Amino acid sequence: MLDSKIPSGSIESKWDNRKFENKLVNPANRRKHSVIVVGTGLAGGAAAASLAEMGYNVKVFTYHESPRRAHSIAAQGGINAAKSYQNDGDSVKRLFYDTIKGGDFRAREANVYRLAQVSLNIIDQCVAQGVPFAREYGGTLSNRSFGGAQVSRTFYARGQTGQQLLLGAYSALMRQVGEKAIELFPRHEMLDLVVVDGKARGIITRDLVSGEISSYSADAVILATGGYGNVFYLSTNAKASNCTAAWRAYKRGAYMANPCYTQIHPTCIPVSGEHQSKLTLMSESLRNDGRVWVPKKQGDTRRPNEIPEDERDYFLERIYPAFGNLVPRDVASRAAKRMCDEGKGVGESKLAVYLDFKTAIERLGEKEVSEKYGNLFQMYDKITDENPYKIPMRIYPAVHYVMGGLWVDYNLMSNIPGLFVLGEANFSDHGANRLGASALMQGLADGYFIAPYSIGNYIGGEKLPKLDTSHDVFKATRNDVDLRIQKMMSNKGNQSADALHRKLGKIMWDKCGMSRDEAGLKQGISDIKNTREEFWNVLKVPGNSKDLNSELEKAGRVADFMELAELMCVDALERKESCGGHFREEMQTPEGETLRDDKNFSHVAAWEFTGGNPKLHKEPLQFDVVHQAQRNYK
Amino acid sequence: MKLNLKIWRQKGPNDSGKLVDYPVDDVSPDMSFLEMLDILNLKLVHDGVEAIEFDHDCREGICGSCSLNINGNPHGPDTGTATCQLHMRRFKDGDTIVVEPWRAKAFPIIKDLTTDRKAFDRIIAAGGFVSVNTGNAVEANAILIPKHNSEKAMDAAACIGCGACVASCKNSSAMLFVSAKVAHLAYLPQGNPERKMRVRNMVAQMDEEGFGSCSNTGACEAACPKEIKLENIAMLNREMLKALCD
Ligand SMILES: Cc1cc2nc3c(=O)[nH]c(=O)nc-3n(C[C@H](O)[C@H](O)[C@H](O)COP(=O)(O)OP(=O)(O)OC[C@H]3O[C@@H](n4cnc5c(N)ncnc54)[C@H](O)[C@@H]3O)c2cc1C
Ligand code: SF4
Ligand code: FES
Repeated sequence: MLDSKIPSGSIESKWDNRKFENKLVNPANRRKHSVIVVGTGLAGGAAAASLAEMGYNVKVFTYHESPRRAHSIAAQGGINAAKSYQNDGDSVKRLFYDTIKGGDFRAREANVYRLAQVSLNIIDQCVAQGVPFAREYGGTLSNRSFGGAQVSRTFYARGQTGQQLLLGAYSALMRQVGEKAIELFPRHEMLDLVVVDGKARGIITRDLVSGEISSYSADAVILATGGYGNVFYLSTNAKASNCTAAWRAYKRGAYMANPCYTQIHPTCIPVSGEHQSKLTLMSESLRNDGRVWVPKKQGDTRRPNEIPEDERDYFLERIYPAFGNLVPRDVASRAAKRMCDEGKGVGESKLAVYLDFKTAIERLGEKEVSEKYGNLFQMYDKITDENPYKIPMRIYPAVHYVMGGLWVDYNLMSNIPGLFVLGEANFSDHGANRLGASALMQGLADGYFIAPYSIGNYIGGEKLPKLDTSHDVFKATRNDVDLRIQKMMSNKGNQSADALHRKLGKIMWDKCGMSRDEAGLKQGISDIKNTREEFWNVLKVPGNSKDLNSELEKAGRVADFMELAELMCVDALERKESCGGHFREEMQTPEGETLRDDKNFSHVAAWEFTGGNPKLHKEPLQFDVVHQAQRNYK
Repeated sequence: MKLNLKIWRQKGPNDSGKLVDYPVDDVSPDMSFLEMLDILNLKLVHDGVEAIEFDHDCREGICGSCSLNINGNPHGPDTGTATCQLHMRRFKDGDTIVVEPWRAKAFPIIKDLTTDRKAFDRIIAAGGFVSVNTGNAVEANAILIPKHNSEKAMDAAACIGCGACVASCKNSSAMLFVSAKVAHLAYLPQGNPERKMRVRNMVAQMDEEGFGSCSNTGACEAACPKEIKLENIAMLNREMLKALCD
């Protein structure tokens, strides 16, 4: 039933074969075809620019004030590519292999191989745009290492790689806006998807400044709307990141795949108090030179610099000698949690471990360390008021990324024809755990190099009768949006959506966070239901809807999170195995590592909205190239 | 801590707006400035009052959304710090803090502390790019760039497009912002082919948007959260001269 449309041929030739089979649209005809792109992060920005360059008529929507403000801007550490400039044994096949293994054998081989192939083009494209990647004295590009790999394949621009890549995509996008090939709608939020005769044909939006609700039609709709990590309230995501676009599509029939796969990033600044509004990441690149440790003694209250070397436990180096501090994120996070559970946590809350740069500073000098990580150290200092050149950083795992998302086939099209999903919003390439520096790669691969081909093939191969927004389905969908807004505006409570969002987040972190079990998940589902009910009892949205009203924006997003949260728990409950970031207490090795059940769970779980209990569809995963083994980083 | 906040409230672009007093207590020194506003907003909503609108998103000094004139300083009192990175430990119990939006003709106020900075996007659309379509690129290491130039380009490219430079300038000039993009691309060979056209078009758009001219006061550099240097403006002037002598 779920057809992943993987092309035929050897793994190396699949993408070539697909490009050759694809239908083409004559350049002169492209202008007559319109594409809606929602989102201007790396995935959406890259897709919109590329499609406009090809000649399509493109409309771009973002709730941000400017396309440049998308959450991608905050990515710090870098982007992977199999350039093998370091002569250290890297290749397309090795990047493919590392990504499949890193994802704990829960991703599609064909997709991941293509990702590794196009990674080469991405770096070329970004350099051509003027992205100032770090360089060596000879003028060539530099690389650093990231977790889950034993080669150096990560390209970076200080600790601001996402910013520079996004500014590259943004400049390409704005060039097309300047040439009037793209019509840009900033501060416009998509609130629903319009599906006509089974095909995605448009969207309903709210102008966040005037409050006006409008309908737009097109031949295809691309969602590049990012991830939903903020369902946990506290995460490293930007404050406005949300699930609404994806959730609306789900409720119109698009399947949601592996929603429970969440990435908890090991190195974030720990929570400091009840007022906390978000968590700040300390890039994984720091684990190149920083060493993670806790005191060997439980409940040790000495300050870190007073604890002698032989009383420190560099636990990642001890447990995983082959990868040391550079084990994948899920492995590092769980190890840190275990240390804290054993009473060895540090700092006031005891929910933190040290990330120490002493050895690196001795080896490289403060200047070189600051050249590599200066902005991260400064960020840490500003938040904690502590100088990491002198005192080790305190870090703890935090929600960072979601591998789950809307189901897509090899062509990045969802089960609703004409609806394409790119970047973090889809579920495609990272399996149950994403390796560091691979999200930027995937977003740009989807946007620059894959979607433009798939869109051409779709438009070239379908009969798409002209439609305008006076069509009944547009009117009905718009009416649903109006009703939802009215419901929120007229709700008679006295609390901001934020207050309930915080409560939901706490439930999710406790019951569906770093470790999960059957009883906890069941409790979670019942707590979520109660909180959802409470939400509709106490919600208050002051002001009116015909105006800039951030309380209304938040209320809509939180209402959707309240529903998504339940599906995440249902999915986590259903997957009775541990894999990657999904750790079921009941399924672990004697050492406390994830224990997969390939016989019963080597599949993608794609959920269909039914109004009642969601319906599960399974896409079996087949491993022809890589042998499905127990991951080993020791 | 107890603080006396005076916050600019303005219903919309055509409203005249005014400062409103909001006394707050229980402010923890570990809170960020925006977290303090969050808590105030929770309370306002609870009392059925419209929340104070302000722009923000990443809350780590990189997206360029946050703004605010805090006691007359764009992004507050600390150097090299965006408003979202400012912490309350910087203030004392009993302080009065005046919070206003960016003030510049080219950045009209939308509501309360929120302004419209689309003029910056239009300046980038006029020339802040390298014209290279997807697929046109050469192999990345075929373009060798001296480390020094690439570092200089990166220094300039670090601009987050927040507009504090404009807000701090008595002429509301956008020269620091424009120069940062011009310099970023002028330090790199990729920027060369369109170098002259770029600077002409970006400066023409800047003028059209109603930004003022630069009188070398340097307030922009002091306010810039990314410490973008005035030397970029010198570079912009040189680039402009070269373009005009063409
Ligand atoms: C702090 C941090 C650091 C990171 N560092 C790295 C790194 O070093 N390397 C790496 O590979 N990955 C990193 N990641 C992950 C990576 O940044 C993201 O996964 C990636 O940028 C997502 O890009 P995207 O294009 O899919 O979505 P986003 O950049 O999130 O963009 C989403 C876009 O959709 C728009 N949008 C969403 N919903 C709607 C709607 N309903 N209506 C209108 N518009 C909408 C938004 O306005 C925005 O423009 C990091 C993530 C974080 C949080
Ligand atoms: S130059 Fe500085 S102050 Fe001006 S927009 Fe850029 S980052 Fe902001
Ligand atoms: S909120 Fe992003 S820079 Fe301040």
